[in-house]
Amino acid sequence: MKKKIIQFMGFLFLRVCVGIVLAILLVFLYDIGRKGGGSVNWEFLTQAPRKGMTAGGIFPAIMGTFLVTVVTAILAVPLGMCAAIYLNEYARQSRLTRIIRLSIRNLSGVPSIVYGLFGVILFVNILHFGTSILSAGLTLGLLTLPWTITASEEALKTVPNSFREGALALGATKWQAIRTNVLPYALPGMLTGTVLGLARAAGETAPILFTGAAFYLPYLPKSLGDQFMALPYHLYIMSTQHHAIETVRPLAYGTALVLIVLVLGMNMTALVVRYRLRNKRRR
Amino acid sequence: MDLQPKMEAKNMNFFYGPKQALKNVNIVCPPNKVTAIIGPSGCGKSTFIRSLNRMNDVLSSARVEGEVLLDGADIYAPGTDVVELRRRVGMVFQKPNPFPKTIFDNVAYGLRIGGFKARRRLEEIVELSLRRAALWEEVKDRLKDHAYDLSGGQQQRLCIARALAVEPEVILFDEPCSAIDPVATARIEDLIEELKKLYTVVIVTHNMQQAARVSDYTAFMMLGELMEFDRTEKIFTNPANKLTEEYITGRFG
Repeated sequence: MKKKIIQFMGFLFLRVCVGIVLAILLVFLYDIGRKGGGSVNWEFLTQAPRKGMTAGGIFPAIMGTFLVTVVTAILAVPLGMCAAIYLNEYARQSRLTRIIRLSIRNLSGVPSIVYGLFGVILFVNILHFGTSILSAGLTLGLLTLPWTITASEEALKTVPNSFREGALALGATKWQAIRTNVLPYALPGMLTGTVLGLARAAGETAPILFTGAAFYLPYLPKSLGDQFMALPYHLYIMSTQHHAIETVRPLAYGTALVLIVLVLGMNMTALVVRYRLRNKRRR
Repeated sequence: MDLQPKMEAKNMNFFYGPKQALKNVNIVCPPNKVTAIIGPSGCGKSTFIRSLNRMNDVLSSARVEGEVLLDGADIYAPGTDVVELRRRVGMVFQKPNPFPKTIFDNVAYGLRIGGFKARRRLEEIVELSLRRAALWEEVKDRLKDHAYDLSGGQQQRLCIARALAVEPEVILFDEPCSAIDPVATARIEDLIEELKKLYTVVIVTHNMQQAARVSDYTAFMMLGELMEFDRTEKIFTNPANKLTEEYITGRFG
């Protein structure tokens, strides 16, 4: 009897924990939805800001965030996946690889502002990419890499060793075994992890602050060398730097709502992709 | 005994890092015979069979001394093509490990990665391999079904068919029946009986009755050493070594 009570209390405690987490998330989403929902309309999504950003929309910021995320993906996705394949499939398990792996884990914990400063030094100053989409995208790419590598490695680890051994025993080369009998089954997990990493990058402010994000641009960027507006930075300006903060508050909430929907959308896409590919693997 | 070997281990030592797993092992596997390796857990029988197609190479700390000969050529000689070796020496694992593909694609896997394209011929080889693995009658109408839909015993026979499809000369069985039920085990034992007409078979087994039933020669190993190697009949009726006798009569194990 006593055991049952303890078990009941234990489960109750765990349920309450989950409930609190969910409640925080819901309150948060509700608040932003309520305050920002009113200002989000077609014009808001497709027009540039007007009248000192007290009217108009956030289209340049949406485009900017999109373009930067594409650059981020081009750097972080192939590099991260290949590094993970090397680390998990080819590298000998030695002290060196342990140190490398530990460093990668640690990198994912480095504050994003530090990436921002590093990006200024490397991409803007040393490589002369200027404050631009390219610099900002590459900086966010570096920020995303540790996540991509770690997530991809975890995905590779979930493929049973018997798939590799079975292929090798049939005369497959190591690469053939990986390509035909490991990657297809690890790919859904790798993609999910990667998209989650990209979604996180899309919402970052600090790394793009010095590397390319602009306060206000009346036109869209024309090349990778141009500065850009970005949703998270625009939100930061609207809520702290604007001369009429109270007036633009609804617009700030609207921006926040769009950013959240965008990130949530990416995460949902990742989940759907994983689900689809996993079903295909079974059949 | 004077046996003409298909495969042969000569004064073979095997190390995992500093730990020696096989000590001066000499075993001969004659062609078209079944050679069984028996012994208590940790005696090195799995290490031995996995060294016959160099599956231990995957572990970077593994090291081999002495010779392992296939048709008289040392498979550990520098310049040996491991891919080619594994095509000649196939392997069936302890747990059935079909790939998450269709039955057909499982059997065709080895040929396809070998660059085999001709569709008609491929279908013929898949059928032949499934027939030889005594699975054809059960799956001929459902080749497009997923391999995971088969029972455990069928999956193991599928893995045997998959190994046969690349036309090996030697087939290694690493405790092939330890994860399947007695009826399925009996089928696989019958199958091994058939397979030795075409191939040289080496089998590691925990089950002494199985060794007695299916094998022509038996090697008894303990703690990395070969205790006795002889005709199976001799090992099970009149072993030369006291330890062999104690093991097969179940006094330890």
